[in-house]
Amino acid sequence: MLKIENLTKKFNERTIIDNLSFEVDDGEILTIVGPSGAGKTTLLRCISGLERVDRGQFYVDDVQFDPYLEKGQQSTIGVVFQDYQLFPNLNVLDNVILSPQLALKMPVATAKNEALDRLKRLRLDGKEQLYPYQLSGGQKQRVAIARALAMHPKILCYDEPTSALDPELRGEVRDIIKGLKRDGITQIVVTHDMTFADEVADKQLHVVALK
Amino acid sequence: MLSVHYVSEILPSLLAGMMMTLKIFFWTLVGALPLGMLFGLGLVSKIKPIKYVLNFYVWLMRGTPLLLQLIFVFYGLPIVSKLVFQRYDAALFAFILNYAAYFAEIFRGGLQSVDRGQYEAAKVLRLSYWQTIRKIVVPQVAKIVLPSIGNEVINLVKDSSLVYVIGIGDLLRAGNVASSRDVTLIPLVLVGVIYLLLTAACTYLLRKVEKHYAYWR
Repeated sequence: MLKIENLTKKFNERTIIDNLSFEVDDGEILTIVGPSGAGKTTLLRCISGLERVDRGQFYVDDVQFDPYLEKGQQSTIGVVFQDYQLFPNLNVLDNVILSPQLALKMPVATAKNEALDRLKRLRLDGKEQLYPYQLSGGQKQRVAIARALAMHPKILCYDEPTSALDPELRGEVRDIIKGLKRDGITQIVVTHDMTFADEVADKQLHVVALK
Repeated sequence: MLSVHYVSEILPSLLAGMMMTLKIFFWTLVGALPLGMLFGLGLVSKIKPIKYVLNFYVWLMRGTPLLLQLIFVFYGLPIVSKLVFQRYDAALFAFILNYAAYFAEIFRGGLQSVDRGQYEAAKVLRLSYWQTIRKIVVPQVAKIVLPSIGNEVINLVKDSSLVYVIGIGDLLRAGNVASSRDVTLIPLVLVGVIYLLLTAACTYLLRKVEKHYAYWR
C-alpha cells in the first residue's frame, strides 16, 4: 500500500500542491484527473522522486521513505513518461535490460530472459533489435512500460499515457493497465482524458488548480 | 618545369616536413580531445567557480590568435616565468590548450542538447550519475558533436603550419625553403597537394566514424 500524507509542493512561493493526503492499495489503479496546470504531473514527479517536496510523508507498506533521496536501493516506483524518454542510442532489448543489469546487478541472462518474456507479452516480440526511432508511438510506449517493469516496481506511474496515441490505441493501453493490475502492481495514472480515467480507475483523485 | 627529377629531389625534405606536421596534428588531438571533453563537462557543471575559470580560459584561447599564443608560449613564458619549452613542446602546449578550448565549447553544446528527460528517465531507473554519463550521455553527445569536431580536425591539419613562427620545420616551411632556394613555385604546389591529400584522408575517416554512429537517430 502506498500512503501519502500532507504533501505540499511549492515552486518559488507558488503552492502547486497543498497538504494532499491519499492512499492506494496494492493492485489498485488510481487515476489523477484535473485541468492542465493543476499540478498532476508535479504530483507524479514528487511520487517518483524527481521533485523534492516541501512537506509530506511517503509510506510503502507502512514503511516511510523519501522518494527523492532513495537512490541506490531497490526500486519500488516506476515511471512511464509522457514522451517515453527511451534511450535512442540503445535498441529495444538494451533499453529494457540496462537498468536491471546496472542498478539491480542482475545477471545478463536473467535480465534478458525476463525482458524477452515481457516484451512478448506486450506484443513486441521480433522488435528486440530495433531502435526507438524505428517504432511507432504505441510501440515506444510499450517498450517504456517494459523498461519500467524490468525494475520490478511495486508502483507504476503513467504521465498522460493516452495523450500521444491514436484513439484506437487507447483500448490497448487500457488493457495493459488492467492486465498489470492482475499481476498485483499498484498503478497511478495521470490523465486529462476523463473517459479513459473512468474506464481504468478503481479510485479517482480530482485535483484543481490553486489560486 | 615540373620535372620528375626535380620533384624526387625535393620530395624527401617535404616528406620530412610532413612528418612533423602529422606529429603535431596527432599529439594535439590525443591531448586536446579528452581535455576538451573534461572541460566541456566542467562548463555545464553546477559548480560556479569551475564554470567561471573555464569560461575565462575559453574566452582567452578563442579570443586571441593561435599564432600569438605560440609566440607567447615560446618567447614570452621564459621571460615572465621559469617555464622554458623546447620548440616542439611549446608548439604542442599551445596547440593542445587552444584546441581543447574549441573542443570544450563543442562538447558543452553537445551536452546541453541531450534532453533533460533522458537524465530523469535514467534517475527513475536508478542508474548512477556515472552510469548515466557512460551509457546514455556520452554516446548521444558523441553523435551530436562529430560534425563539429570534424571541422576542427580539418582546421588543425592546416593550422599546424603556424609552427613556422617558432622555427619548427613543418611541411609548409619545407616547401617555402625549397621554393626560395630554387626560385620556383613547384614545391609550394606540391605542398598544397599534400595538404589536400591529408585533409581528404581525414574527411574519409570522419565519414567512417559518422557512419558508425548512424545506426540510431
